[in-house]
Parts: sequence; C-alpha cells; structure tokens
Amino acid sequence: MAATVSSERDDVATPVQRAFREALYAGAISLGLFVLFIGLRTDQNISNELILVKRWGLLAIVVGAVTVGRFLYVAYAVPAMERRKAEKAGAPAIVAEPGFVRRNFNKIGATLLILYPIAMVLAFGFQGSLKWVDNFGIQILIYVMLAWGLNIVVGLAGLLDLGYVAFYAVGAYAYALLGTHFGLSFWILLPAAGAMAAFWGVLLGFPVLRLRGDYLAIVTLAFGEIIRLVLINWREVTNGSAGISGIPKVSFFGLMSFNVSDPNYIAKVLHIAQSGAYYKIFLYYLILALCFLTAFVTIRLRRLPVGRAWEALREDEIACRSLGINTTTTKLTAFATGAMFGGFAGSFFAARQGFVSPESFVFLESAIILAIVVLGGMGSLGGIAVAALVMIGGTEILRELDFLKAVFGPDFTPELYRMLLFGMAMVIVMLWKPRGFVGSREPTAFLKERRAVSASFTKEGHG
Amino acid sequence: MAGTTLLDIKGVETYYGNIRALNGVNVQVNQGEIVALIGANGAGKSTLMMTIFGAPRARAGTITFAGTDITQLPTHEIARLRIAQSPEGRRIFPRMTVMENLQMGASLDNLKHYDEDVEKVFALFPRLKERIAQRGGTLSGGEQQMLSIGRALMARPKLLLLDEPSLGLAPLIVKQIFDAIRELNKAQGLTVFLVEQNAFGALKLANRGYVMVNGNVTMSGTGKELLANPEVRAAYLEGGHH
Repeated sequence: MAATVSSERDDVATPVQRAFREALYAGAISLGLFVLFIGLRTDQNISNELILVKRWGLLAIVVGAVTVGRFLYVAYAVPAMERRKAEKAGAPAIVAEPGFVRRNFNKIGATLLILYPIAMVLAFGFQGSLKWVDNFGIQILIYVMLAWGLNIVVGLAGLLDLGYVAFYAVGAYAYALLGTHFGLSFWILLPAAGAMAAFWGVLLGFPVLRLRGDYLAIVTLAFGEIIRLVLINWREVTNGSAGISGIPKVSFFGLMSFNVSDPNYIAKVLHIAQSGAYYKIFLYYLILALCFLTAFVTIRLRRLPVGRAWEALREDEIACRSLGINTTTTKLTAFATGAMFGGFAGSFFAARQGFVSPESFVFLESAIILAIVVLGGMGSLGGIAVAALVMIGGTEILRELDFLKAVFGPDFTPELYRMLLFGMAMVIVMLWKPRGFVGSREPTAFLKERRAVSASFTKEGHG
Repeated sequence: MAGTTLLDIKGVETYYGNIRALNGVNVQVNQGEIVALIGANGAGKSTLMMTIFGAPRARAGTITFAGTDITQLPTHEIARLRIAQSPEGRRIFPRMTVMENLQMGASLDNLKHYDEDVEKVFALFPRLKERIAQRGGTLSGGEQQMLSIGRALMARPKLLLLDEPSLGLAPLIVKQIFDAIRELNKAQGLTVFLVEQNAFGALKLANRGYVMVNGNVTMSGTGKELLANPEVRAAYLEGGHH
C-alpha cells in the first residue's frame, strides 16, 4: 500500500530515501495491524479467568522485520529487478538452447527416483532410511500419482473436478474391504479397485455431462462429500468413522511375505536380518512403478485419438462436436481413466497404511491434489511432479524443523503452519508463473520432417 | 454430377426457448454446387447452419443429406456422414498447433490419407505450412480462417459448410479465401454451402443463392440473378462494395 501512496510524487527521491519513508509507513501499518493480533493474547489462568498476556517483545520483532524487509525491498531489490528488466529489453532476444538438465529432465528425474532408496539406505542404514523412504518418498509419490491421475480430468480434458478424493476413497475401501473379508491378494485387488473407481467415475460422469466450469466443480465437490458421508454412516459395511484396520500387507508377488510370522518372510527366505525397511522399500518401488504406469499411459493417450479429443474438448466443445467427436464418450473416458488411477493410488494407500477411515478422504485432500496440478502447470507431468515434491515434501520437512522450538518456545509446532506455507507458496508461484511451473503445452503432432521453429513462435501468451 | 440434391432442408423451424428463429425454411443444395445464403445480422443464417448439425435441433421440418434423414441424428454422427463445417468465429483450438488442429479434423476414421490430405491443405493454403508448429491462437484472423477451412477439409467432406468465412478479414484475404473455395469446387467438385454477410462476394462466387430475412427465405435464384435483383441490391449491395 505504501508503494502506491508514494510512488507518484517522489520520482526525484533516491531509492534509499524513498525506501526509508516507505519502511516507516510499512512499520506503522504493521504496528496497527498486529498490535491486537500479536501484541495482546487472551489466555486462561489457573482459576479459569480470562487474562491478557502482553507480548510486546514479539510484536517488536514482527514490526521490525516488516520495516527492515520493506526498506531492503524498496532500496535494493526493486532497483536490481528494474535494472535486470532494462538489460533484458536492451539485449537482443536470445533463444537459449535448453541446458543438459532441462533437456533430459525426465530421464534424470526417473533415475534419481530409482536410486533414491538405495542412497538413503547407504546414508542412514536400514533403520535410519525408514523415515526418508516412507515419509518423504512414498508420501510424495502417492500425491504425484494422484495429481497425474487428476491431470487427465482437469489438465487434459479441462473438466474441473473438486471431488477427486472420492475415487481415492473408493480404491482404498475396495482393497480394505475385499482384502480383510475375503483375503484376496493385493495383486488381484489392485486392478479390481481401479475398475471399481473407474465405474464410479462413469457414474459421476453421466449426470454432469452437460455441466462445465464452476457448475461442474460444485457437483463434483458434492460427489466427493457424498462418498465420504456414506463411508461414515454405512456402519455395517464400512465400520463408520472408526475405519477398517488390519488390512493385509502387499506380498512380493506371492513369493515372499513381509509379515515376520509367515514362514516365507523375506528375511527368512533370503537369510538376512529382520527389518521393517524391506517392506517400505518394496512399497516405494511399487508406488514408483504405479507412477510410471500413470505417466506412460498419459503420454501414450495424448497421442491417440481419445487423448487428442480430450485436449480439443478442453479448448472448444462445440468445435469438437462439429468435427464428429462424440463428446459424451470422450468425457466419460476422461472421468473413468482419471478415476482409475485414483483407485490404484487408493488401494496402494490402504495397503501401506494398514488402516483406512473416512478421515483420510476429506475435501482438503481434493483441494491439495488440485492445487498440485494447478501449480505444476495443467497437463505437464514434469511440472506436476515438481509441484508435488515441493508441496508435500515441504510440509513433511516442517515436521523436521525442531530447532524452531528454540526460537518460538516449546509450544511451537511447525506442522500447524503447513497450510499457511501451502497458501504462501501458491500465491508466490501464481504471481511469478501464472500458468504453473511448466506452463507450455507440448505439441503431439508433427509433419514427417520436423522443422526447426523458433521458440518465440510456439510460446503462449498469458491468459 | 450436378443436379442430384445433396442437402435438402424442408420446412425447418428452430426455436431458442420460445423464440422462433427459423420459420419454415426451405433450402436445397445440389451436388457440385456452391450455394450462398445471404442476409442481415440476426436473420437466422447461422442458426440454419447449426440446425443442420442438430445444435439446436429443428422442432419441425426435415433435413435430408444424401438420402438420409439427419434431422434427429446426434451432432457427431451427422459430422461422420462427411458434412464438415467451418463454424462462425472459426473455433479453431487455440492452444493446439496448426498441425494438431488439422489432425483433429481428420480424427474421424482414416489416418490412411492423413499425409496426403495435409499436403492438399498446404497446397491450398501455403501460409499454413509456414505456421505449422505455431499455436492456433497466435495466428492472424485470416490464417485462423484458413486453418478452420483446412481442418474441415481434413475430414474429406462431401459437403462443406462455411459460416461467414469473410468475417473481420481484410479484402485481400477475403479474396484469397473465396478463390480457394472456388478452386476447391472446380478442381475437386466439392459442394459448398456458405453463409455470408458479404453479399456481393458471396453471390459472385455462388452458382445459386438464397436471401434470408427474419427467419424466412424470401428470395432465391442464381447468383447472377440475385446480384441483378433491385431489391437485393438495395438491401445488401448498395453502399460500399466495389
């Protein structure tokens, strides 16, 4: 605000002078804002009376940080950015040949992902690697897979789905119920869960065929809630909000088991020391394989008529129809395919946790998955993977920041701030890259001889 | 070839809600002809174009294409009978490249002829070949119109519907596009039904023409007759054209 107030009348002032004044404005505004929020806090004492706790020290720190931050921003950051902009405008536009990392981004990423658990085991030992493989590796990859699945519906077909977590839930409960009651193996139930989720995808698809944009978003949101409420209230089958526990583990393709009590426990078969890490590492590679499957299918589908029809549908439904595309089946296949991958991820989730309850399938999950897709850049697999890494990895890292307790006192729990960080990251990314990390769409059709076309032609405008 | 009726529109009435947009329209398009439908804004020209495609659907009357009653067919099935359209406002896919747009036009069945058909489109509109990897949305208006027609041609249509191909284009580009349509008709015998506000250009191009006023066809005749007709001249031609 201070910037808009003062920028008109002091073109003559040097940046430092202006920065000083603006810093004072910012400090005054933040003092006014935060005096009640931070400076005073209501609390209860032992006799249950409401008392005022005064936190002038903390208030001073926050106001000081805002003042100094504004000063530095206006005095140094803004002129530096303007200089860079001027340099860029002056220099002839050079279309930089993409560097080695960027050209081979997918290959490098895949290799790193495959080597990751080995590196963790080497670095921390089997027991020490548990946290890194499970909390970071598997957790992030589940979201990568979910986001890639949702990407088919939202990114490719352009159907805004706010209830994607419903399919995740269908997959998880399909495995949990069929696995615990009938003792079927994961390898049978994985495709079954995918098929069941796809079926629900079609069921959702039918009534919303004629809807688009915000109307569609509302109906899908409601659908997600309906599934969750059914899970809570249909106690006879789903055991309500208590959830289902004792879900069987995944076996090593039926050859080896990860239960210590089984005769074919992996450590007994291979004559190695017992460790819980084997299972986690196995799960890591399993979800990695599922992710690769999702990516492979997405990439292949984009080159097939149905995938091209999805993308065309996102652009212009009427044009699609007049070109002879059956928009009904096109939409339904998009819902079904996206839902299927959600179902796969769900059954994996159930197997990994050993426990499912409706708690895991709240709207917030849908929102996070959608946020990852949007941040990554709709339709871009690489961008989405990076977004999942940043968002989910970032929130996991918050758990590790115990040293912050030394700064903010022992009551401070960094995990509670994860949504704040999530929001901040989204605002920042959307300011700098309004189309997500990877905003441009990769074309899928070429003439036989591929012509070199200057990148400036193929770039998209912001819109 | 000429003479057999390819598209026969009989007594078609179309409504938007309760508002009647077409008032019992009769139009015939014969094999190998170029037929122009001219009229003022809001006369119902584009509505007729869309009604052929079943969106909106005709409430009364019949539309027959090559002997098949298509009045109640779903839009995509009508398109599969090889009626192709370059719709009003072009409606190309802006985020897709020129090449991908053309591919969408061919998505019906046969990718067998794909390379051949692409070359044909590029021969007709060399400009598109220069823009091959560019995104549709970054093309100029004229190029977008060429792309829209090219995309329609990729389906190897028996009948090409053009909704205001000259809309918002410079006269030179309009001439190019009309020349291309004439060329398609002469060289390949393609039947064309076009809707235009540019009455002079359209009637000069067309074998026959219809004039539409407030949802009714009020006049019809050969292009030359209509061009010479004093009423048509007064309503659509005086003041501006050449």
